[in-house]
Amino acid sequence: METSIPQTAPKAYLSRRYRLSASHRLHSDAFSEEKNRAVYGKCANPYGHGHNYVVEVTLGGRVSPTTGMVCGLGELDRFAQTNLLARFDHMNLNTLAEFRDAVSTTENFTIEVYRIFERFAGAKIERVRIEETSNNSFEYSGRATGEAKLV
Amino acid sequence: MSYERRGMILLTRKAEFSSAHYYWNDAWTAEENVRVFGKCANKNGHGHNYTLEVTVAGEVDPVSGFVVDLKELKEILEREVVSVYDHRHLNLEVPEFAGRVPTTENIAIAIWERLEGKIPHARLHRVRVYEMPELFADYYGER
Repeated sequence: METSIPQTAPKAYLSRRYRLSASHRLHSDAFSEEKNRAVYGKCANPYGHGHNYVVEVTLGGRVSPTTGMVCGLGELDRFAQTNLLARFDHMNLNTLAEFRDAVSTTENFTIEVYRIFERFAGAKIERVRIEETSNNSFEYSGRATGEAKLV
Repeated sequence: MSYERRGMILLTRKAEFSSAHYYWNDAWTAEENVRVFGKCANKNGHGHNYTLEVTVAGEVDPVSGFVVDLKELKEILEREVVSVYDHRHLNLEVPEFAGRVPTTENIAIAIWERLEGKIPHARLHRVRVYEMPELFADYYGER
């Protein structure tokens, strides 16, 4: 939207929440059936189950003095529609290429969504937070170690 | 943003206000405004129920057990922000938006500027403004 934002412009973070529903089953081929049952409990039930996921993406950047924005909301929503919702909503996560070699835990889903939004050109992805249920949520800030960047 | 000192607490207080606004940059043509801002460029305005979350950082007072007196913080938010923004048109009635688009990002920054230095015994840590539950902006005073 804009190419030259002064280095003195304040830096802010914009967060947007998207909802998607998908099924999954937690199961690792590296484990025996007994071990899968012990580790994943009812999440290992053979036919899968589903969640209404809430995916919260946080983008950071200097606020453009002309638009007042970190990034265009329409641009972000279009990116999310194509690269997040169209790919994952009403799908079985275990059938997707992203989870061929990784268990479809929400930890791994969160990391995958972070990698997807790293390709968003409008602003820098700072954090992805996914609520699997209203009781469980997961965050990833692109860091291999250490504390989350944002408090 | 590091809190190595013992006893540092983050404390968050919420407030709500309902305001009208629209997005418009006078330096652009009408077509350009509509292209960039979409339906937010309707000059008759539209409105939101905003939720403000102000997070302050401070040490626990050994006598009171407080970081800040919440009643005092509530009064500061009411005086500095809610009484100015609530049931007002941000573009037309709030001075900082005369030359600044009242986006969620800019509202968070403006509220930071209104509150900075006004909260006794604590340091402003974060201003979060929800325009709606699915969209919010954070400002940590970073420049």
